Amino acid sequence: MILHLIFYAYALVAVASAVMVIASRNPVHSVLSLVVTFFAMAAVWMILHAEFLALILLLVYVGAVMTLFLFVVMMISVRQESRRKGFVRYLPFGILIVALIIGLVVIGIGPERFDLSHYPAPLLPGADYNNLTQLGSILYTDYVYPFEIAGVLLLAAIIAAITLAHRGPVQRKVQNPAAQVAVRREDRIRLVNMPVEKK
Amino acid sequence: MTISLTEFLMLAAILFGLGMAGIIINRKNIIVLLMSIELILLAVNTNFVAFSYFLGNVVGQVFVFFVLTVAAAEAAIGLAILVVLYRRRGTIEVEQLDTLKG
Repeated sequence: MILHLIFYAYALVAVASAVMVIASRNPVHSVLSLVVTFFAMAAVWMILHAEFLALILLLVYVGAVMTLFLFVVMMISVRQESRRKGFVRYLPFGILIVALIIGLVVIGIGPERFDLSHYPAPLLPGADYNNLTQLGSILYTDYVYPFEIAGVLLLAAIIAAITLAHRGPVQRKVQNPAAQVAVRREDRIRLVNMPVEKK
Repeated sequence: MTISLTEFLMLAAILFGLGMAGIIINRKNIIVLLMSIELILLAVNTNFVAFSYFLGNVVGQVFVFFVLTVAAAEAAIGLAILVVLYRRRGTIEVEQLDTLKG
């Protein structure tokens, strides 16, 4: 019963802050609401015994990705009043889509198919259970090639992001070694023949 | 007295629907669109984790790991493109980025 209370408290926080994400007028508030959503969903993942992924969600998402979002939002100053214009116009569509999707999914995943009699909760793990060991023993054996591909993907993302956002030396005084090496004598020196002047 | 799979799936469905609504409603700011995509991915990951727990199969968590990796890469590149776009055009409003519309 206490687990139910914890779950519904975190679910309520997650849904409320997700509504804030899409309805907030200020993009900074949206980012911070998304952080709250991630925190609440990390707690839900903890209830599901996915400890490693819950902590990864907190460290990688809240720590890195959302900070990146916050930096970009604060760097790009969006005029706040203009965000509101299309809101009312598209609100009926939004509500319709949400009602449709949630209705369909609820019909599909209703308690008559996925309740505890069909999917009984697994037994509580013993004291020697370790989510990290279990995950690693599969990730580093059966899924080692996808794991390495994920590393290459992250490297490609780093290079792409740096290449896109790097502006080069615009406001700094830097040397250009290639130009320095490629300079020729004719570019710098001009010998002028002129007659000697006499009084 | 434990929580059934249906409740986790319904929570994920609500988050997914809110993410879709965010994409439809917010026609102004691309950053909010990216955040809605993050919401959708979070809902999908929650489904993976829930099924992984109730089926007793840890492969679902491995998949969530890869989805998180790809989502982080997507966010980084998307925000870099956004910064370049803002430098070029001076705006990130969706309705003003209609060059390809003809």
